[in-house]
Amino acid sequence: MFRVIRQLFLTLVLTLSASLVLAEGSSLLNVSYDVARDFYKDYNPMFQKHWKALSGESIELKQSHAGSSKQVRAVADGLEADVVTMNQASDVDFLAEKGLVARDYAKKFPNNASPYTSTMVFIVRKGNPKGLKDWGDLVKPGVQVILPHPKNTGNGRYTYLAAWGYALTQAGANDRAAQDFVGRLLKNAPLFAAGGRDATTTFMQRKIGDVLISFESEAELIAREFGKGEFEVVYPSLSILTEFPVAIIDKVVDKKGTRKAAQAYLDFLWSPVGQENAAQNYLRPRNQEILKKYAAQFPPIKTFSVDEVFGGWAKAYPTHFRDGGTFDQIYQQK
Amino acid sequence: MSASRRQILPGFGLSLACTLAYLSLLILLPLSGLAFRASHLSPAEFWAIATGERALASYRVTFGASLLAATVNAFFGLIVAWILVRYSFPGKRAIDALVDLPFALPTAVAGITLATLYADNGWIGRYLEPLGVKVAFTPFGIVVALTFIGLPFVVRTLQPVIEDIEPEVEEAAASLGASRWQTLIRVLFPAIFPALLTGFTLAFSRSVGEYGSVIFIAGNMPLISEITPLLIISKLEQYDVVGATALAMVMLVISFVMLLAVNALQWWAANRHSECSPSMGARR
Repeated sequence: MFRVIRQLFLTLVLTLSASLVLAEGSSLLNVSYDVARDFYKDYNPMFQKHWKALSGESIELKQSHAGSSKQVRAVADGLEADVVTMNQASDVDFLAEKGLVARDYAKKFPNNASPYTSTMVFIVRKGNPKGLKDWGDLVKPGVQVILPHPKNTGNGRYTYLAAWGYALTQAGANDRAAQDFVGRLLKNAPLFAAGGRDATTTFMQRKIGDVLISFESEAELIAREFGKGEFEVVYPSLSILTEFPVAIIDKVVDKKGTRKAAQAYLDFLWSPVGQENAAQNYLRPRNQEILKKYAAQFPPIKTFSVDEVFGGWAKAYPTHFRDGGTFDQIYQQK
Repeated sequence: MSASRRQILPGFGLSLACTLAYLSLLILLPLSGLAFRASHLSPAEFWAIATGERALASYRVTFGASLLAATVNAFFGLIVAWILVRYSFPGKRAIDALVDLPFALPTAVAGITLATLYADNGWIGRYLEPLGVKVAFTPFGIVVALTFIGLPFVVRTLQPVIEDIEPEVEEAAASLGASRWQTLIRVLFPAIFPALLTGFTLAFSRSVGEYGSVIFIAGNMPLISEITPLLIISKLEQYDVVGATALAMVMLVISFVMLLAVNALQWWAANRHSECSPSMGARR
């Protein structure tokens, strides 16, 4: 009996250590948000080629995609990610708090560590029957707005802040008026979708609502899925700049000895190849030349960043989205 | 089944140890972890989280919809189980297999499918919409989703019990002068009732914890169609694990009390039933 147990134990130890050895060195795990799938599916082979030319070694790249805060929690709980590529600074901030990521991660790479950006735009039905042009039109009675859950999802939070920031630019506006404005907008929502893709399905397939608020990059994916003739994209007068921060998980790369590869992997996002790939996935590249080259698909739009209007996510998050924050207050007033 | 002082059957010690170890590892350990996390809160904080306006509304939605769905399933599940056991008809095997589908289907798929079906332009929703009935993105939609996932629990619990009731029992009742209705109410139903309660309980408990299918059809509006599991996810989104465990503890306690009540009811029914008709009390 004991011999059997000992043998079992030994086998277990051996397989575990074997898998550890295999995992080490020539492989990177990129833990990312949900809709980055297409981007990295294109990007990873590009980097593999680049890395082979640079170091002569081949490298295995593993991807994990899910809701961003779910991903971050997994990393905090010990998922051995070499890099994280997220869609909201608040998620990386959490990892910095836990000591997994350098506190000044945003300065480790150019452009606030966000290799590309996007913005929130309106997607309306063909011909724009309700004539929705700007945020102010969305709060009118009788307009149905589709958006993902403003508290529980990344794009919902960006939408919320975009509307808030717009309201602040109106004459004589203050936070109170902005909250009132956002409250009226949320009142026009017949439902809060479970996530970005669910909101898209609700709007496009189930034909609910007059306008869907989504990332600019999603509009193109919708066109691919449902055909261009079904909808129009409306650029409001002002919207939010959405940034997608990337970071190296220091603890993991030091342990696995993959820091060089991880650094190169993220640096390459800013290379012309990486930037071009962003543009092809309808994410606005930081590289101005490449942005100009793709000007046809990126109409100019005035944007503000979370840092400019809300003093960064570290401040915006607790003010608006923690329990008892402005979102909760809107529903307690009733 | 009952614990007698002297064990005649061998292997009691080993199997009991096995059971306890297994249950501890699988159920008690995670649950005590939950309780431990929740204990990081002071009673006042715990109370504030547990009785927040939205939390209270979500308990009503979650437990109300679950009770309704389990009740609907208890009724129709009984009919389905009866049909499947007592009659033979072409396609019976296929229908029998169909019952298990909600078990196997990923719940998110179920939720998205139901939402699409019941949306205003969906296959079913388009006929309900002119009648003024809205299902998708209302609390009613939650009931529909929970009914869907709960059905197999009732049917699969009832089937073996109905199989065990021999046709002779009904014949005996008839020959003793019972009408069909009397046979159903006085003879068959008491035999089925404990299992029906079990099925109801299983469907109910499954519904209370359900998340995947519900969020896609609920609409998730605060105070109206927000289920408690969604509030828990919302806390986790804020990395507020302790707050999430507080809500989880509340759900756990309510569920536990309700299950206990149902078990008591079952015990009472079984006892009463075995006193009334001892011949059929021998249901193992």
